[in-house]
Amino acid sequence: MTETIDRHEYDVVVIGAGGAGIRAAIEASAQGARTALVCKSLFGKAHTVMAEGGIAAALRNVWKEDSWEVHFRDTMRGGKLLSNWRMAQLHAQEAPDRVLELEEWGALFDRTEDGLILQRDFGGHRYARLAHVGDRTGLEMIRTLQNHAVHKGIDVHMECTIRRLLTDGDAVTGCTGYWRGTGQLVAFGAKAIVLATGGFGKAWKITSNSWEYTGDGIAMALDAGADLIDMEMTQFHPTGMVWPPSVRGILVTEGVRGDGGTLVNSLGRRFMFDYIPDFFRKDTAPTEDEADRWYTDKANNRRTPDLLPRDEVARAINAEVKAGRGSPHGGVFLDIASRRDADYIRRRLPSMYHQFKELADVDITASAMEVGPTLHYLMGGVRVEADTAATTVPGLFAAGEVAAGMHGANRLGGNSLSDLLVFGRRAGLGAAAHAATQRSWRRPDEAQVALSTREILAPFERPEVGEDPYQLHGLLQRTMQANAGIIRTEDELTRVLADIGKLRARALKVRVSGGRTYNPAWHLALDLLSMLTCAEATALAALRRTESRGGHTRSDFPATDLAWGSKNVVTRRRDGVLVLTDEPIPAPPDDLHRLLGDDAPEQARVEPELVIEAARS
Amino acid sequence: MTEATLRVWRGDRDGGAFEDYTVPTDEGMVVLDVIHKVQELRAPDLAVRWNCKAGKCGSCSAEINGAPRLMCMTRMNTFDPGEPITVSPIKAFPVIKDLVSDVSFNYEKAKTIPAFAARPKEADGTRRMYQEEVERVQEFHKCIECFLCQDVCHVIRDHDENKMAFSGPRYFVRLAALEMHPLDANDRMELIRAKQGLGFCNITKCCTEVCPEHIKITDNAIIPLKERIVTEFYDPLAWAKRRVFGRSGRGLPPAAAPGPSSPHSREPEPPSA
Repeated sequence: MTETIDRHEYDVVVIGAGGAGIRAAIEASAQGARTALVCKSLFGKAHTVMAEGGIAAALRNVWKEDSWEVHFRDTMRGGKLLSNWRMAQLHAQEAPDRVLELEEWGALFDRTEDGLILQRDFGGHRYARLAHVGDRTGLEMIRTLQNHAVHKGIDVHMECTIRRLLTDGDAVTGCTGYWRGTGQLVAFGAKAIVLATGGFGKAWKITSNSWEYTGDGIAMALDAGADLIDMEMTQFHPTGMVWPPSVRGILVTEGVRGDGGTLVNSLGRRFMFDYIPDFFRKDTAPTEDEADRWYTDKANNRRTPDLLPRDEVARAINAEVKAGRGSPHGGVFLDIASRRDADYIRRRLPSMYHQFKELADVDITASAMEVGPTLHYLMGGVRVEADTAATTVPGLFAAGEVAAGMHGANRLGGNSLSDLLVFGRRAGLGAAAHAATQRSWRRPDEAQVALSTREILAPFERPEVGEDPYQLHGLLQRTMQANAGIIRTEDELTRVLADIGKLRARALKVRVSGGRTYNPAWHLALDLLSMLTCAEATALAALRRTESRGGHTRSDFPATDLAWGSKNVVTRRRDGVLVLTDEPIPAPPDDLHRLLGDDAPEQARVEPELVIEAARS
Repeated sequence: MTEATLRVWRGDRDGGAFEDYTVPTDEGMVVLDVIHKVQELRAPDLAVRWNCKAGKCGSCSAEINGAPRLMCMTRMNTFDPGEPITVSPIKAFPVIKDLVSDVSFNYEKAKTIPAFAARPKEADGTRRMYQEEVERVQEFHKCIECFLCQDVCHVIRDHDENKMAFSGPRYFVRLAALEMHPLDANDRMELIRAKQGLGFCNITKCCTEVCPEHIKITDNAIIPLKERIVTEFYDPLAWAKRRVFGRSGRGLPPAAAPGPSSPHSREPEPPSA
């Protein structure tokens, strides 16, 4: 049977409609590019909506002492000096304009006494810096962008999954996929493509991520020849819900701690004081008294260790639980009830109040929450050029979580929403500029289209008895949770790779029943392939980085190694197999380097090593 | 381990029927968890929309025992053991398959609402707004677009023919948010009066009852918009002023205080999920 394929042509196709994707589409369209925005869910439901705490930007509304330089420093240090300095610089410099632009488009942030945008404290940020709307900032952001985009002549294609990028030589010419509602196949011709597809948290069992987070963009970029970097850098958010089991992993905003909440173990001790690393000792309060004074007097006190960067806090919670000082359901306590009055809590954290009340029967104004680490974010992803968001494949751009470099080894809370806006806009500009240089669409390579068609329809055409996608997904989640978690070892990572090999063989035997109309088993069978590719890249990169840094902790290599501080692990697909190399990270120019602090130089200044190439299959 | 039985509507545009599924359950489960168990163990192709599983994205709207609810915020322990639980797609929109409906009506209506347009900045280059001013509108911005208010609204639920001329509670909330926005400079009053169908609403408050975000849709959005229309179009003085000076000053009559605001209407309890 010949399959009919729905065909469209655009100057720019943006894949993914979270904050980065919508912002990119708005910008590309504003530049005059005929633009499509394609997303797996309904418009306005992307994972950005789950962001709670706020958007980090040195607006200086609450603390005049703040500046882009301090924000840059916080970001680089929080990222354990592994970030692309140029991205961190652009981000810190442009975030305030992007926040004010949202206000220009109708967003309503909480206000200071004198009517400006209020900013809240968050982990790793020296000053209260996060513009926010209670604890539902992501919703405000996505709805503002969505409502703005509606009138900009952008074609929004909802519930459409893209599976493959089409290339001609080395440049992208379009992409193929299917409409989820009907199962109809579709091909987009495009002069430029922006990936804004997020991470792949759904490969872990305990995660704050939704079903959409299956790493499609990363897998497609890899297949199209793009470089990935830092795939070993996975962020476990320290505070996810742990009870009841059905809500395990759902995010509890860092804003709870920003607004005065504190982490406590089963002995009633504020244990974060026992886990202050040397790298942050100068910025962190050693006593409870000083930490408590810091909320209102930042000039004379240092930050509470409850607000150390996320990697530090997640490891500390993990250690407390392992030492037997955890809460009844395997987490620790997060207490704001005894520290702030009920009205304040309900006003500042309405969504947390609602979430615990409705899903866990816990009143957070009266008792402590139980929390534990949950896979939240991927710092690694597709390598991009800082100014244009261009990947290493001509015509392919990437922004938001799918792109890498901005957050180094660990992302600070609040830096994600600002990242989406700053680099979403830049990706839109970059893609539109690239499209403008292409005189016409290049005809898609029909052999690639046919291959993609076969891949997409394969789960219907296999023998009657086949593998079950739900079961395979469960097995992948189990091995990633057990062996690629907060603490890793060579043995565990080797086991993950072996498991992935077996699961991939089984995934190619998945058989789905039912028709093509909105068939979730079919959708999962395909998403599973993306997850397996990403999981393999993460396990290989994690094996290669023989040190502990940020979101990557190896108990067999517990120290941070200076030599690794100036290298990215780069992953490419060559002749079908993943090939890993270490490549030097450019050092920041002197004026920026000075901002990083006296204890940073040796970390950031290690001479670039020779590129060592090695292959793993 | 306990078990639960769900009666789930299975079918498509051509029709369908309820089917019973019994699956093991765990402590704290919500209806969406049980639906996922059904997919995993009994019906792999059962269609359902969901994303956040925490009441923040508004994807998993359905009718549970006939009541419009979010599946992710409906705890299984709110039902008596053994009580039959039916789950069907939201009824006001055409079904695609199983629990998934075609909600494109809503996205089309969104396009008919003129965008926010900011008035000029202050002399010092800032935009000052005060917490008291923004709070009233922030209530409307809590909307997660679950479309349960649209589903329950009898103007369109049982009268498809009204859909052309009626935008529904979700978009009255959006219009109220724009009209009460301290910075907005667009004028949408004529549009609201003539095109959005506000007059169809006879304030039964069904929308307010089902809102999972507890937005007082009727009291705080619809009634103030209705009052404003009356003032602008049917008060001769205001009408003349409008003709001469254009759009009247910002702001609407004060938002209704919590509690019954119109004597003929019921004050519903927010649904406990």
